[in-house]
Amino acid sequence: MSVTGTQLDWGGMAPFLLLTATALGTLLLDLFLSPRHRVRLAYLGLTGLLITMALLVHGFGGQERVVAEMLIVDDFSRFFHLVFLLIAALTILVSVKSVEQEGTHQGEYYTLVLFATLGMMVMASAADLIMVFLGLEALSIPLYILSGFLRGDVRSNESALKYLLLGAFASAFLLYGIAFLYGAVGSTRLKSIAAHLGHGAAWENPLVFLGVGLLLVGLAFKVAAVPFHMWLPDVYEGAPTPVTAFMIAGTKAAAFSALLRVFGTALSPLPPEWIPPLWVVALLTMGVGNIAALTQQSIKRMLAYSSIAHAGYLLVAVVAGTSRGFSSILFYLVVYAFMNLGAFAVIIALARQGEESPTLSSYAGLGFRHPVLAFSMAVFMFSLAGLPPTGGFMGKFYIFSAAVEADYVGLVIIAVVCSLISVFFYLRVVVVMYMEEPREGHSSPVLSPAILVTLFLATAAILQLGLLPAGVWDLAVRSVQSFWG
Amino acid sequence: MLVEYLPILLFIAAAALFAGGSILLSSLAGPWRPFAEKLEPYECGMAPVGMARERFSVKFYLVAMLFIIFDIEIIFLFPWAVIFKELGWFGFFEMGGFVLVLVLGLAYVWRKGGLEWDEPERAAVDGESRTVPTEQRAGTGFR
Repeated sequence: MSVTGTQLDWGGMAPFLLLTATALGTLLLDLFLSPRHRVRLAYLGLTGLLITMALLVHGFGGQERVVAEMLIVDDFSRFFHLVFLLIAALTILVSVKSVEQEGTHQGEYYTLVLFATLGMMVMASAADLIMVFLGLEALSIPLYILSGFLRGDVRSNESALKYLLLGAFASAFLLYGIAFLYGAVGSTRLKSIAAHLGHGAAWENPLVFLGVGLLLVGLAFKVAAVPFHMWLPDVYEGAPTPVTAFMIAGTKAAAFSALLRVFGTALSPLPPEWIPPLWVVALLTMGVGNIAALTQQSIKRMLAYSSIAHAGYLLVAVVAGTSRGFSSILFYLVVYAFMNLGAFAVIIALARQGEESPTLSSYAGLGFRHPVLAFSMAVFMFSLAGLPPTGGFMGKFYIFSAAVEADYVGLVIIAVVCSLISVFFYLRVVVVMYMEEPREGHSSPVLSPAILVTLFLATAAILQLGLLPAGVWDLAVRSVQSFWG
Repeated sequence: MLVEYLPILLFIAAAALFAGGSILLSSLAGPWRPFAEKLEPYECGMAPVGMARERFSVKFYLVAMLFIIFDIEIIFLFPWAVIFKELGWFGFFEMGGFVLVLVLGLAYVWRKGGLEWDEPERAAVDGESRTVPTEQRAGTGFR
């Protein structure tokens, strides 16, 4: 057998290669720039991300490309790639100033963010369980480092260590599941697994049962579904704030992209007896996330628990298992990325000298001190709570209507109740901002242009997705159709 | 099929028996007259200084990591070299890309001072201060 370059689909790999080159470029350039000029690395990273995005937008709607039977580039993966690149670009925007002031290891920061983004893209494009695993590792390893980026800070170190240990556990579960499935089916290709499992008898095999079960546990760890969520609050609270923003939006989207690939290709159609466990996990995830978020004083920790709750809403759509349900996940993840990155941009802008972790009380009177910040924070909180006219409302609407169509009315009722509970802790932030007097010694921060751009983009996107959701919704529907008729 | 491996099993059994038997026999029949020098780990050479369980520099870990990376590179290069002619120019450039990424990594480690043995705190490139006091670090938005 001879191997030649023409057998590889270079066009399909172009976005991956471009991002790799950008990441390596930042790494290399970092060596030759003096510390004062390292901001340029952020610009280089942003440029690379924007060019890759342009490439993907250009290719959208194009034919499905398969690279070496390992990576699929179809509209589904293009949609997710765009979301990941957007998240990475906004993350770089919100972190420029912090990284510059922090002063150490600027180049590594951007390189690691870019490599993590590459891992996410591989996950969304995976045509093989090995690629799911590889993408997951390429995503997780940079994040372990990033979450421990403040080397002198105990909490950051704690966060990194916990993330590393539990992430390694999750990877082990996932790999073990892949091994069992391989033992039962004889292939790790998603399509071959589907062909083998398609006729129901194969599901009776205990190896398949174990394999699918462990695979789901591994993925549930990564989306932080209850009861596999324990690591998340500590990790997200301890990590540097821009990194938390990146993890909260990015890992969630990446894990769901892999989950949908596995569910939509390999495990489709899922036998009905697998639905009840998923149903219970979705219910617990929504319940525990929202109820635990009620009592949090730290804003970061509150948003960490809220991200668990949002994973629960997304799992409702996974339980629904319809094409409409999958589309609603794609739509929701876009909204979710914007509202979380926006909220974190506000937290970063308000970070104050010598403060451990921003608490709710430090937002008192923000509406008078800084109307722009307060207004955008209010928009993000309304959106997270799922109130119209924001994107969060439309996202929940699509998810719940998909679940109702699929006859999961009970689960939807629970989801709506959970969503109502969540209104309390999201709107408490708004109440504190507008109805409490500012405390002594709270100055109004001066916003950097990068933060302002992020806030503007996020606010505009959320309002747009809430008022005119049809454009993105159509894209989501088309993307899901591209791999799952 | 497994029968083919029977001689190996027999050989292992014989080896274990011989080794175990020798030790047993020497402890039973051999003379046992210990004195201080005889109980040293090494009977000749320098007298040992201190315990073997000492703390040693974390830099060994970095060297070990680098060693593993390039060790694995060699493992990949071997099969590639064997079928180099069949792979042709495509194989050449593919491996070139692989090695290039590793070389970039090496350049990074070198430039950042990872290979410096003597100066523990100083990164070669810049005046990055690694020990920023906590008060200064806070308020950057990172925390």
